Formats: sequence, structure tokens, C-alpha cells
Amino acid sequence: MVFLWAFIVGGAICVIGQLIMDVFNKTPGFTLSLLVVIGAILDGIGWYEPLIDFAGAGATVPITSFGNSLVHGALQEAEQFGIIGVATGMFEVTSAGISAAIIFAMIGALIFKPKG
Amino acid sequence: MLTTNKQKYQQLATEHDKKRPLLRNCIRAFLVGGTICLIGQCISFFYMYFFDFTEQTVGDPTTATLIFITMILTGLGIYDKIAQFAGAGSAVPVTGFGNAVISSAIEHRSEGFVQGVGANMFKLAGSVILFGVFSAFVIALIKTALINLGVI
Repeated sequence: MVFLWAFIVGGAICVIGQLIMDVFNKTPGFTLSLLVVIGAILDGIGWYEPLIDFAGAGATVPITSFGNSLVHGALQEAEQFGIIGVATGMFEVTSAGISAAIIFAMIGALIFKPKG
Repeated sequence: MLTTNKQKYQQLATEHDKKRPLLRNCIRAFLVGGTICLIGQCISFFYMYFFDFTEQTVGDPTTATLIFITMILTGLGIYDKIAQFAGAGSAVPVTGFGNAVISSAIEHRSEGFVQGVGANMFKLAGSVILFGVFSAFVIALIKTALINLGVI
């Protein structure tokens, strides 16, 4: 069942992105940034965690989860170290996406030749 | 003279501006985006079933695997074709973030690894990280302050 909800919720988030791009005439960069901010706000008010429980990868794969995990890491660290943890704990949870992107981008640049 | 020319140009530009097929774009984005999330769910299931990951921790290896797949598809030029078809459907999932980083890394390779790859890797994806980190900072700060003040 979670497979179906992953498909529907993930697809719906992409449709929201498509609407921002087409209706408000924004660039993909703007759209992605906005979605990340929305994800961060949703986690701030505590709505993103239930969505992950409900839709699994449908909520963790879209870029909104990036904002969610940034806030998550910051809050986790803030619980331990107070207000300083907000700044230092940010990448605690979200490091996988960025480190994977950097590592595979470097490997990709080593292996593949630019096209055209 | 200049302003009238500008107005004329504006008119001309709006006339020739292609009408975006909104419904078709949305359906494509839904199908491709949903499929990518479904693949992500299958990968999560694999990690949960064969390794000791829970529903909360499985996001990290899933993301890394998806970005690895993106690297191969981007390098072979397949991801661009998917992106042309899917629009936001391939841009919004984390694979789109990976594609933005990886394609700029590959593209600027000819300028050398420091000046080219290193300097341009986050050319497109940098704004996502900037606004993500800054908004997360503000939100976490507000929430921590509220918790400390005993409001929530």
C-alpha cells in the first residue's frame, strides 16, 4: 500500500512544482528553492514527519525532504546544545544527499566526457 | 522611439510566446515524478529488508542510490531526455538535484578540475542549498526560541 501512496504523493509534489513553473512562470532553480523552503516550514510545524510515515519515499525522495531534514538536524542538535546547535547540527541528517551528489559528480566528471 | 520599440517588442514577444500545455505538463510531471518516488520506495524496501534500516533512517541510502543512478543516466545523456519530457517530474525529486550538480560538473570538465569542475559544480544547485539552509536556520531558531520560552 505504501508503494501506491509513494507514487501518488511523490507525483503530487512534482505537479505542485510544475504548477509553480508554468502558472507563475518561474525557473526550475526558483521552484526547487521554494519547495525546499516549503519542506522546511512543514517540518517546523511538525507536518512532514507524518507524511513520511504515510507515503515513505513519496515524501523522502522529492527535494522538499531536503528542507525537512535540515530543520530536523538543527532541532536535534538544539535539544542537546541549545541555540548554538541550530547552526552546527544542520547537516547532521541531510549529509547523505549532498555528499552523494558531490562524490558522484566528481566520479561522473572523471568518467564521462561532456556532450556537444 | 525607444519605448515604442520596446512596447512593440513586448507585443511581438507575447504573441510568439508558446502557450504552455498546462494539463499535459502536469500529467507528465505526475507520472514521471511518481515513478521516480516508486523506484525510491522499492530501493528503500530493499534496504529495509536486507539491511538493518528502519523507516526513518532508510532515506539516506535511498537518496545516495538514486543519485548514483542519476550519475549514470546523466553521463549517458539519458536524463536530459527524461527531463525534456517530464519537466518538474524529473526536477523536483532528489535526482533532479543530483542531475543539476553532476551535469554542471561534467559540462565544465574541459576547464580543468579546479577552475571548471570545482568552481561550477554548485552553479545550479547552490541556490537550493542556500535557501534550504537559511530557511531551516530561521525556522529552527524560531522553534527553539519558542520551546525555550515555554510557548510550545
